[in-house]
Amino acid sequence: MAAYRYDYDVIAQWIAPGEKVLDLGCGDGSLLKHLIAVRQVQGYGVENDPDKLIACVKNGVNAIQVDMENGLSGFEDGFFDHVIMSLSLQAMQNTQGILAEMLRVGREAVVSFPNFGYWRHRQSILNGRMPVSESLPHQWFNTPNVRFFTIADFDALCEMNGIAVRERLAFDEGKLVLDEPNFLASVAVYRLGRD
Amino acid sequence: MTEPQSVGTVAPQTAHFDEPLPLRSGGTLAGYDLVYETYGQLNAARSNAVLVCHALSGSHHVAGVYADDPRNVGWWDNLVGPGKPLDTRKFFVIGVNNLGGCYGSTGPGSVNPATGRPWGADFPFVTVEDWVDAQARLADRLGIQRFAAIVGGSLGGMQALSWTLQYPERVGHAAVIASAPKLTAQNIAFNEVARQAILTDPDFHGGHYYEHGVVPARGLKLARMVGHITYLSDDSMGEKFGRSLRHGKAVYSYDVEFEIESYLRYQGDKFAGYFDANTYLLTTKTLDYFDPAFEHGGNLNAALARASADFLVVSFTTDWRFSPARSREIVYALLHNRRNVSYAEIDCPAGHDSFLLDDPQYHALLSAWFDRIEV
Repeated sequence: MAAYRYDYDVIAQWIAPGEKVLDLGCGDGSLLKHLIAVRQVQGYGVENDPDKLIACVKNGVNAIQVDMENGLSGFEDGFFDHVIMSLSLQAMQNTQGILAEMLRVGREAVVSFPNFGYWRHRQSILNGRMPVSESLPHQWFNTPNVRFFTIADFDALCEMNGIAVRERLAFDEGKLVLDEPNFLASVAVYRLGRD
Repeated sequence: MTEPQSVGTVAPQTAHFDEPLPLRSGGTLAGYDLVYETYGQLNAARSNAVLVCHALSGSHHVAGVYADDPRNVGWWDNLVGPGKPLDTRKFFVIGVNNLGGCYGSTGPGSVNPATGRPWGADFPFVTVEDWVDAQARLADRLGIQRFAAIVGGSLGGMQALSWTLQYPERVGHAAVIASAPKLTAQNIAFNEVARQAILTDPDFHGGHYYEHGVVPARGLKLARMVGHITYLSDDSMGEKFGRSLRHGKAVYSYDVEFEIESYLRYQGDKFAGYFDANTYLLTTKTLDYFDPAFEHGGNLNAALARASADFLVVSFTTDWRFSPARSREIVYALLHNRRNVSYAEIDCPAGHDSFLLDDPQYHALLSAWFDRIEV
């Protein structure tokens, strides 16, 4: 993930200077590095892939190896100002569990995910093929994604689980989408809190 | 990138200290020797020193070979050298034999100046904290005010951790590998079996066997056999030896039949041939006593509040003697104190001994971490 990601700017807007931030599925630590540079956060990453962990260490980012599917049991309640999961929720088996854990250890959670309801994806399915795009770059047979959901689905899940959606921004490959995000946006970024 | 190389021929040095060392067990050691080795060059700013702390049966001989004994390769030679993770082209690396050891540092086999006889069982108990104090004096002697890093595995990891608590301003980075904030009861139990094997050996003579011209070799052998089992994983032992029978079938005897029996007896005999039984007793006790949280009512978060180093904590999935859960205790206590800490759980099949091996992920991680350290 060497390319600059526009969701980083969105996420950075929601982070106040000097916050304590936990980035789940932090990859090579580039988001944390960005947040350290622009918001002087005290950041920790969680990663379970050994190669990515090493990349974090190279990047000078704190990375802690945890299998998030088993929760975040070592992390203290409310310790972090923001717990971020950038484009990883769709690759988690335990979706509800990790959302609950994020809001346990963090005051707020920031989640971004690819919207499977995006019109190009719908078109792809109508044409009989699984979607492949900038936001869904893998083929069906090698995708790390295990959950396939839309913005509308996620809104419904938050409603069901008593998670407050404090802010939501939707994008069409980098451009802000204001109308009909579930149809027109490829990626959504949420700021979540406890009701 | 050049091929990783050995540091080559090395020679141990001895530092003598006349200033008495107060010990946590009470009393003082009037004077003492520390044997150490160094690899690489101390830079002009004296900012590139790395201390490598040894584990239970380790020594100062971390890397390289001796001119008169080219087969005696340092115990962490795969880690330390030009082009290796702990690169001696960048770092000045120090290995030191702890007090109470049997590789030249003052220990139970040394002459007790008060009696003119070997200390034997009268050698005082030394703690991890005492070792760190002694190492700090060696650092003073070498002109090192602050270490770029202090690293260690197992009992060596405890020393690295203790350094960050005793002398926080003198440690830039600390790597705590295959270690724990204190032993579990099960761990102490294994150590106690090992000690009982030595203490009940008829040749032990209350620890004063030096004067009888014997060593409690049987006890020490048993102690090492017990220890050795705990350093390996069931899988690695199974893969290496399985249930292989030397005669191809059971012959119903107490002689060596299973290959694992042969291996353990060999390792035990070898160890009893070169290691000192009193040092083994003393050092297992040092392990048992280590518990920086004790004086904080068992609160590790409070104990680690003093640390200011940047940490790397590493565990191995198959290490059941110092399990990953024990390393995580350290990680979360550091996190509580908002310290910089990275933690990796290396998937290596070899059990506790993994920290001595050159698993590619493990060494890549250490390389990345050492590369990052500015000197």
